[in-house]
Amino acid sequence: MEPLMAITIGILFAAAIYMMLRRSIVKLVIGLMLLSNAANLLIFATAGMIRGAPPLVPQGLSAPEGVVADPLPQALVLTAIVIAFGVLSFAVVLVRRAWEIVRADDLDKMKDTDT
Amino acid sequence: MNPQIALPILIPLMAGAVSLVFWRSRSMQRFIAVAGTASLLLTSLWLLVTVNRDGILVMQMGDWPAPIGISLVADLLGAIMVVLTGIIGFAVALFSLATVGRGHEAYGYFPLMHLLLAGVAGAFLTGDIFNLYVWFEVMLVASFALLILGSEKAQMEGAIKYVALNLVSSVVFLVAVGLLYGMVGTLNMADIARRLATREDDGMVDVLAMMFMVAFGIKAAAFPLFFWLPASYHTPPVAVSALFAGLLTKVGVYALFRVFTLIFHQNPGYTHEILLWGAGLTMLSGVLGAAAQFEFRRILSFHIVSQIGYMILGLALFTPLAIIGGVFYIMHHIIVKTNLFLVSGIVHRLRGTYQLKSLGGLYRSHPWLAVLFLIPALSLAGMPPLSGFFAKFVVIRAAIEAEAYFVTFIALLVGLLTLYSMIKIWAEVFWKSTPPEGDVDPYPAINSREMWLMSAPVVGLALCTLFIGLNAQPIYALAEASAAQLMAPERYIEAVLGASEVTP
Repeated sequence: MEPLMAITIGILFAAAIYMMLRRSIVKLVIGLMLLSNAANLLIFATAGMIRGAPPLVPQGLSAPEGVVADPLPQALVLTAIVIAFGVLSFAVVLVRRAWEIVRADDLDKMKDTDT
Repeated sequence: MNPQIALPILIPLMAGAVSLVFWRSRSMQRFIAVAGTASLLLTSLWLLVTVNRDGILVMQMGDWPAPIGISLVADLLGAIMVVLTGIIGFAVALFSLATVGRGHEAYGYFPLMHLLLAGVAGAFLTGDIFNLYVWFEVMLVASFALLILGSEKAQMEGAIKYVALNLVSSVVFLVAVGLLYGMVGTLNMADIARRLATREDDGMVDVLAMMFMVAFGIKAAAFPLFFWLPASYHTPPVAVSALFAGLLTKVGVYALFRVFTLIFHQNPGYTHEILLWGAGLTMLSGVLGAAAQFEFRRILSFHIVSQIGYMILGLALFTPLAIIGGVFYIMHHIIVKTNLFLVSGIVHRLRGTYQLKSLGGLYRSHPWLAVLFLIPALSLAGMPPLSGFFAKFVVIRAAIEAEAYFVTFIALLVGLLTLYSMIKIWAEVFWKSTPPEGDVDPYPAINSREMWLMSAPVVGLALCTLFIGLNAQPIYALAEASAAQLMAPERYIEAVLGASEVTP
């Protein structure tokens, strides 16, 4: 399971970076979305893939028995998903407003503030 | 129980929430802005006094013991940074009363300002690496919204670059946190440091160190990752620029200081060497960028970049004296840089432009403003007896003692070029006579109440600069104590995890 996951994450990162290197700002935002998803999957994978062992404490014990899945990365991913959702929806609105005001989807035409 | 650790985060959060409740009442929001930031300043001073007296303070959220729950930790560096946040927040809140337009206030300027301050204070006080990421995001979201308030064309163009690069930096940070967790199995910074210290060096630690360096380097606007800053900082209303200039990049610098003194300090020959080169190039590229500019706020933006180099230089040399210099530099820089932006705001209010070419004659009409500009400007360039002199002196002396002569040369050269930039602004804005078309531009007359509200924070910050400059010894002692804490990470670890757990 881990090699498959690693390859998927690698492809996602590559696709994200490719999209971000395009000049279109819409593709830039798509790249950012892919990038945040790749990061989330990476955190998910760092804990190791353990199947069918929920971290539940049996009745009468104070710690779960045997090897169980680590619940913390999943909590991290959940937080990161929520944050990424909020930030990316802001980015989508920003791109729309920028299009309305600047009338360009090309980053090369947005260089007024650079020099 | 130490409530003063949580208060600098809770007060701006509460102030922001209450401001939202009074969404329609402009006067109420303005009152809360001043009252909220003033109480933030007072509690942060209380925190600094307590930390200075009792050592590192720790608060476990929800009373979960250290490696499991999230800890809030206030060491001297964190407490100093929170005090500076309070000072800048209060000054900018006062300045906003006069300069932020009705339109901006109606779209939530003040709640966003409080949220930004809460994010900044949270980042300074948290002892948990993932929690640091969350506070970074809180701060970023608030800054995104503040940056585009007003929706002008330049703001949109600047905001796209700002948002894109900061999101990339956040993702790099997040990935680094994930990999770090996968390696050591904990998120508490003290616990990470303790477990990394016992680990065999296998190269993975250096990879992670570099990822953190890139992530925080983008936030701190270090070379070669600073291009978002001069593209965006001159676009929003000036109060927002001043707030960003004072605080946001310094959160990145703080994170670098924290991570590279507490967690990644085992291999300074590799990591800190890269930081050293980065620092030198940051100083140089920032100051050369500024030399080519003729727009008030753009010059100041490039100077943020070059000054960041000095702070990172302090960290990169990694001797006790250099860290003292770095901390002193941060204290001096936050106050001075915010003040310069505020002065540019007053100039803009009086003349209606930021272009140096169309400004002039302000020394004749407003001599006091010229003096108020000179104090932070000369301090930025490092003229004695102002605060910048002592900051630069300590950093450069540390560089000479560490025998890093090339960086010393760059630092001195950059000081000279900074003076050139500041004198350029002085000559163009204040000294030369008013250009003929400057009089034709209609700009609304300014009433005395507005003038008082704008100049009070500028005077206050200039007094802080003078105070640091003329009274450098106690401030130096404070920086020294904080550097001593930074150079002895076991004290931080012991404070968070308890004495019994230090030696595993």
